[in-house]
Amino acid sequence: MTEVTIWGCRGSLAAPGEEFTGYGGNTSCVEVVAADGTRLILDAGTGIRGLGQMLNGTVRQYNLLLTHLHMDHLQGMGFFSPFFDSHAQVDLWGPASTTLSLRTRLARYLSPPLFPVTMRDLPCKLTLHEVPAAVFEIGPFRIITDLVGHVGPTVGYRIETAGSVIAYIPDHEPALGTVDFPNDTQWLSGYELAENADLLIHDAQFSRQEYQNCIGWGHSAIDDAFKFAEICNVKHLIPFHHDPNHTDDTITQMVNETTHSQVPEFEVTAAREGAVFKL
Amino acid sequence: MSQKPIELILARQLSSHLTMPIFIVDPRGDLLFYNEPAEKILGCRFNETGEMPAEEWSTMFTPEDLQGEAISPDALPLMIALSKRRPAHKRFQIKGADGISREIEVTAFPISEQADRFLGGVAIFWEISHD
Repeated sequence: MTEVTIWGCRGSLAAPGEEFTGYGGNTSCVEVVAADGTRLILDAGTGIRGLGQMLNGTVRQYNLLLTHLHMDHLQGMGFFSPFFDSHAQVDLWGPASTTLSLRTRLARYLSPPLFPVTMRDLPCKLTLHEVPAAVFEIGPFRIITDLVGHVGPTVGYRIETAGSVIAYIPDHEPALGTVDFPNDTQWLSGYELAENADLLIHDAQFSRQEYQNCIGWGHSAIDDAFKFAEICNVKHLIPFHHDPNHTDDTITQMVNETTHSQVPEFEVTAAREGAVFKL
Repeated sequence: MSQKPIELILARQLSSHLTMPIFIVDPRGDLLFYNEPAEKILGCRFNETGEMPAEEWSTMFTPEDLQGEAISPDALPLMIALSKRRPAHKRFQIKGADGISREIEVTAFPISEQADRFLGGVAIFWEISHD
């Protein structure tokens, strides 16, 4: 059995406050643990702080997979306690840009004035791997990466095990510029990552009305996330990357209304901090 | 048919919104897409032709120099962009699927992604008016 735990599902900016406690205010971080204990950490938003605290000292080897380097997916890195454990080995995957290596791009955050500790001063043993890359394996996981439609170099991950497929595409605007979304799978960003997935964790930041003023920002209207899940034939959609202005009531209402209007044939569960999905 | 790389998806989406005729091919030179403005010059609709092997489209759309002599496919900007992996530009005439010759200028460039994977080429072209 593979367990998927949500440690942060807020998009763009952490959202503290009692009206956000239901779904949680921490930004993107998802933990995936295989039956043999192999662990993947997807993104390093503020949610990774709590995960690092829970794991600290109990694990020696960490696999951290970043989709991209926007701050809401990176800001927790400096507060991930294994980075400061000299016994820890951290393997980190993330995208380079067309001109800068992953190391150089990460160092822009992990250096003054944005952060007091530089990457080279981290006590852990840190190994960087650039993506997108050929299919690679971590323990029982077979991992496929591909660039997806977002602003700047951004990948999605398809994580396969013997018994399940998880697709993680937290920041994605597949409808951008299309006139017939989502009819042609050949020309659909992210399709092969999500095809037939048991669990699709996907961007659903905006309502349809909000999206009209945010086209090109790299995020999806919730109804587009449902359409994407449908054409990809997924079994379970996890709307993710909740807008920092959306209260618990707003998110619940958006998901309920979209479910009511689209009547999906797949299961839908809005991402919620602390939620665990067993595959 | 497998999903196209994001760079080609975005190129197609952008070209669908532009008034400039645009033609997109894969690394082999096989046709992936051309937009509506290109249909007027090529003399047929993309929805009718669909994707085509290079051998097929290169005979449908006959390139000739300004004296009416056939141009070797290797000398076309798009093929230079594919083979040399650099931009190329040329003025010539093309006989469309409707049998009409039109004088055009073409600028073509290769598409390579950040890991230096070569994905194909794009030709932007426009008809020369002598009015």
